[in-house]
Amino acid sequence: MASPSFSQSRAFPILLGASTFIGAFVALEVLLRYGVVNKYVVPLPSQVLMSLERIVVEENIVGRMRDTAWEMFVSCIAVIVLGVPMGALLYRWQPLRRALLDWVAALAAAPLVLAFPLFLVIFGRSATTVIVMSVITGLAPIVIKTTEGLLGVRSVLINVGRSLKMTDAQMLRMILLPAALPVIFSGIRLSWTFVLISVVGIEFLINLGGLGQLINDLAERYDLPGTYGAIGFVILVSVIFFMLLERVESWLRPAR
Amino acid sequence: MTLASTATTGAPSGQRPQLVIDKVFKQFGVGPGAVTAVDHVSFDVKPGEFVSVIGPSGCGKSTLFNIIGGLLDEYEGDVLIERERIAGPHKAVGMVFQEESTFPWRNVIDNVAFPLELQGVNKSERLDRAHHFIDLVGLKGFERLMPSALSGGMRQRVSIARTLVSQPQILLMDEPFAALDEQTRLLLGDKITQIQQDLNQTTLLITHNLTEAVQLSDRIVVMTYRPGKVKRIVDIDLPRPRSSDVVSSDAFGHYVAEIWADLREEASRGMADSESARRGGSRG
Repeated sequence: MASPSFSQSRAFPILLGASTFIGAFVALEVLLRYGVVNKYVVPLPSQVLMSLERIVVEENIVGRMRDTAWEMFVSCIAVIVLGVPMGALLYRWQPLRRALLDWVAALAAAPLVLAFPLFLVIFGRSATTVIVMSVITGLAPIVIKTTEGLLGVRSVLINVGRSLKMTDAQMLRMILLPAALPVIFSGIRLSWTFVLISVVGIEFLINLGGLGQLINDLAERYDLPGTYGAIGFVILVSVIFFMLLERVESWLRPAR
Repeated sequence: MTLASTATTGAPSGQRPQLVIDKVFKQFGVGPGAVTAVDHVSFDVKPGEFVSVIGPSGCGKSTLFNIIGGLLDEYEGDVLIERERIAGPHKAVGMVFQEESTFPWRNVIDNVAFPLELQGVNKSERLDRAHHFIDLVGLKGFERLMPSALSGGMRQRVSIARTLVSQPQILLMDEPFAALDEQTRLLLGDKITQIQQDLNQTTLLITHNLTEAVQLSDRIVVMTYRPGKVKRIVDIDLPRPRSSDVVSSDAFGHYVAEIWADLREEASRGMADSESARRGGSRG
């Protein structure tokens, strides 16, 4: 058992995370080799590992990651740029909130990905389709959470602003948004998760562009280790995005 | 009670009141269910004076605080600052709230400098002024800490410094020590007394704490339980400069007993009212 001082060190969570990952990897390998899990459905983790070099060399993984990352980046920025003001509008205008908030919540639950033929007709088989569909898919959580965060700002903070004769714009920028930031960030995280799933899913469905298309190709060739290897690169892109988000959040929200 | 009658209460004479509350009346709701929170309340506060408004819970103290601070618009009567009727928050009034009101995303110095930032004061000047008031409330050395690293009493001092930094003519406080323990409350009371004397700050304190009111005030406005009316205005003739040591004096005990005699009846009415409401609620 780790000593208390080691368990509180910065290296401990990293080592624990890595060893958990490796442990799961080894456990799956053992289960597959002993036939507990079907090898024809799940490839051996060691084979997936060995496939990485092949898909990097033969499948233009860097270019595909760049395409997927670019679509994700544009979509993720767009959901913030559109979603936060929409949430602020719903907060500010109660009749609009009462009219639309339930619809926005319903949008979050709707399987929009099934509407891809419609978007193909409108935007063609292009990155625009991927981005537009992903933005619409990711918009609802950030709108809902922004509204919720602004509604939850403690009235005393608003009264401080009023007592200082702050304008509506000052109030929004200097009190409401900073106070609502933790809730807004939870909305951003949810939205980005939706966006990341949507980007790869739509690439897969319309067989276009980045990692989603690669997964589709490899699956159709029944290259299971390669398919799982490509999924690993999707996870890598997600990890990079969420690490960046963590950085931005800790910069915007110093320890409270 | 009228303005004329408050003038005979022993407040510093010969000075024009800085703040006048004249027949202020506020009712919430309409029809038979309407509740009168403040019923024709009148008193005044002279420059440099420390006045407390005391009354049991439900006597309309916080409503009065919101009206004087300009946070409640619809009421009858007048609130005058330097003979000007206020409409909305007034620049001469600085408000300290009962609830914790520091901005958790700003450190101490940025919290205190916030009003100056709004006024467009340049950074070096606003930091200088913020440092001065942080020092005044006894938080020197804590400038870079976030509010989450401070105790409740320290956070309330940050709020007080933030209010004082824009040098309001009138400091309006709504039970600023309500959430604090008794010892911190007494020590903060010392700090407030010292600041009020150093700055000759006109101060109106809303409180339900009797010892706090007597410790700090030149005059105490005693309110009745609902509807909130002025029951009596008591002059506190304790020596200044004053500190928390005053609580052990005979005169202090005399004032506390005298005001408690007034408050007891009102507090009992309040308690009976809330018990009968609870009984009614449990039956319903």
